[in-house]
Amino acid sequence: MDPLSIARWQFGITTVYHYIFVPLTIGLALLTAILETAWVRTRNPDYLRATKFWGKLLLINFAIGVVTGIVQEFQFGLNWSSYSRFVGDVFGAPLAMEALIAFFLESTFLGLWIFGWDKLSPKLHAMCMWLVAIGTTASAFFILAANSFMQHPVGVQIDAVSGRPKLNDIGAVLFQQLQLVTFSHVIVACVATGAIFMVGVSAYFLARKRDLAVFKPSMRLGLWFLLVSSIGIVITGDMQAKIMTEVQPMKMAAAEAQYTTQANASFSVFSIGTLDGKEETFSIRVPGLLSFMGTGDFNGTIEGINDVQAQYEKLYGPGDYSPNIPLTYWNFRLMVGAGFAMVALSIVGLWMTRRGRLPEKRWVWRLAMLSMAAPVIGNSTGWIFTEMGRQPWTVVGLFKTADSVSPTLTTGAALTSLMLLTAVYGVLALIEVRLMVKYVQVGPLGAQEALASIEKLPPPDPDDPNAHTSDENRVLTFAY
Amino acid sequence: MELSLVWFILIAVLWIGYFILEGFDFGVGALLRIVGRDERGRRVLINTIGPLWDGNEVWVITAIGATFAAFPDWYATMLSGMFGPMLAILLCLIVRGVAFEYRAKGDTDKWRANWDLAIQVCSWGPAFLWGVLFGNMIYGMPLDEAGEYTGGFFGLFGPFPLLLGLLTLGLFLTHGAIFLALKTRHEVRDRAKAFAERAGVGTAVILVAAAGWLQLERGNIVTALVSVLALGALVAGVVATKAHRDGWAFVATAGAILSVVVSWFAAMYPNLIASTTNAAWSLTVQNASSSPYTLKLMTWVAVVMLPFILAYQAWSYWVFRKRISAQQIPLPQLAAKVQG
Repeated sequence: MDPLSIARWQFGITTVYHYIFVPLTIGLALLTAILETAWVRTRNPDYLRATKFWGKLLLINFAIGVVTGIVQEFQFGLNWSSYSRFVGDVFGAPLAMEALIAFFLESTFLGLWIFGWDKLSPKLHAMCMWLVAIGTTASAFFILAANSFMQHPVGVQIDAVSGRPKLNDIGAVLFQQLQLVTFSHVIVACVATGAIFMVGVSAYFLARKRDLAVFKPSMRLGLWFLLVSSIGIVITGDMQAKIMTEVQPMKMAAAEAQYTTQANASFSVFSIGTLDGKEETFSIRVPGLLSFMGTGDFNGTIEGINDVQAQYEKLYGPGDYSPNIPLTYWNFRLMVGAGFAMVALSIVGLWMTRRGRLPEKRWVWRLAMLSMAAPVIGNSTGWIFTEMGRQPWTVVGLFKTADSVSPTLTTGAALTSLMLLTAVYGVLALIEVRLMVKYVQVGPLGAQEALASIEKLPPPDPDDPNAHTSDENRVLTFAY
Repeated sequence: MELSLVWFILIAVLWIGYFILEGFDFGVGALLRIVGRDERGRRVLINTIGPLWDGNEVWVITAIGATFAAFPDWYATMLSGMFGPMLAILLCLIVRGVAFEYRAKGDTDKWRANWDLAIQVCSWGPAFLWGVLFGNMIYGMPLDEAGEYTGGFFGLFGPFPLLLGLLTLGLFLTHGAIFLALKTRHEVRDRAKAFAERAGVGTAVILVAAAGWLQLERGNIVTALVSVLALGALVAGVVATKAHRDGWAFVATAGAILSVVVSWFAAMYPNLIASTTNAAWSLTVQNASSSPYTLKLMTWVAVVMLPFILAYQAWSYWVFRKRISAQQIPLPQLAAKVQG
């Protein structure tokens, strides 16, 4: 294997791996903040128990999201130095903004949240989790702005001397239409990920009739957020498809393996064939749907792969400008399928648990637990689709993947880093799942324990000569 | 002042912030089994940095991100050129980052012992390797016309970079031990102080050697001046520890780290990485910087955000200002239940 392919594998593996944990972090941070606010406002200890329970699972997950994020930041320089040189003037800015505006916020306030239970007032403590939630969301915004630039470069001028893009409008980079829609799509998907996690884990307890006071509200909260966010996924996904059809017609043609330009193009829900446009043995098609998805009109024209290829050859010279078709085709379907499955699940779930009901059938709970896989599938295939569908470009129309790799990268170095990182990822994934399962099984604290764990120290008694010493020897309510 | 120079200084500030802050938490991690000794002692150590280390680490993420934004060529050469050590640092930061969180979440001694080892190794590694990386950048590296490093893996471990690696390791160990003296009581504090005194003296010797070599190689009046300051601060740190003035000792070692990093950046300027192949191929503050627009934008973001960051990080240090002792560490079974 050549360094380029290995570097691409590493990027793909790191991105997909990173993105298993990040959406859960973003979604759970928001839901935990809501639960803690409910605790502060109602003083109902069950909300405190819920906050502590979900917060603990959030922390186990948060750690891996953070550390794999560092890999992302370093790997542009390690494996893709030519890309970094080419695009640094514009790509580095949102990255640095992400650190200055988002990372400091989330990591500092997460530390305060973890260790600050007995040191901060309940309001201030709840605010820490809100700031963590805001930080994670802001982080997604900046990194997606950088990615949207790669999908559709705007706000730059090509420098006449160096041939590199020079940033001349940061507003365009941060707020281009594609970015705003992509950010919305990603954020609702993150909320859905957190919500369905809450649903699945709550189902485990409800099926066993354990800690109902904690998990009935959690289940309903999760289901409502799942309903709203999964509908949001469908709406924003549709908007994104329309913009994508405009800015990257090749990607959307590849999503459907559509080779010839067509009006009133149909969408194939399922297809068996070679996907090279030559033969199709069997498919289920919805007439006009592809045209509608791409243009908002059932009779709209969708460009085919062959035509876009011909246009690109005229523009950029000879070469293959189409991505891996079977991969984009199937990832697109899995992504869309996962989105609709979550809409259906939330409606069924809300119906079945209406007015405090608990279904008796075991398969219902099993299904709810299984459904935790849906966002993982949707998020992963979504990223694979959006990144693979852009090939052969790193920055569409400006810079190719083949030109992006570090010139000094040897096969040996690339392979070493790929193997080491993948091995570490593998081990950490096993540990994370093991810890998650363990701490789910342990379950939430009892009301007394939970209240004891946030007890603030009373002020030392001025008349007691030993007050100071007893303060010094007081056992910490929270310690690693 | 030229904005590219402003960003050279700002990046120096970010590295100073990083080395002062993560410097002590690397030190604490590296001393986990040395100063911590038994399970309770180790938990004391971890809890002194528990709420802080993650916020400290963001300083390096920002330093690297700012380098990408302000000097893309520097970022590209630094990371791709020093691939091996960078990868090692990255792996250490990954393992270390999850270790603090995960160590407390298992039940067996073996589980904790494994994470202890991981924390220790992954603190020693970067503490040494950051110095090696800066050693290469200050000394200069064989760069070709395109700014690509041509020296190979073993070329990164020349005597000067290795000496600087020892220097950062020594500084962080001393700084970490002094931080522990400031943050703990009783036996742990005694062990930390004893270690700080010995490590401080050893580090002072390394500092003299490193500063002398730096002076011969890339010296100017500024490097000479701040190197003397660094040595003075380090000695003051040791003396203050002996005198039980823990707070002053911590300020002193922070000052030593600050002075050392200033001497490095002063030695580098106006180069970012000098090319030892051909001086004309060096990456400089001038030729490797981003466009004025990007630099101006980044300056605004930094000027607006940095006061907030400093304020809330300072506040978090204030919230966790109290000393911790082994007597205050809750029993493990209790800890497993109460966590979160």
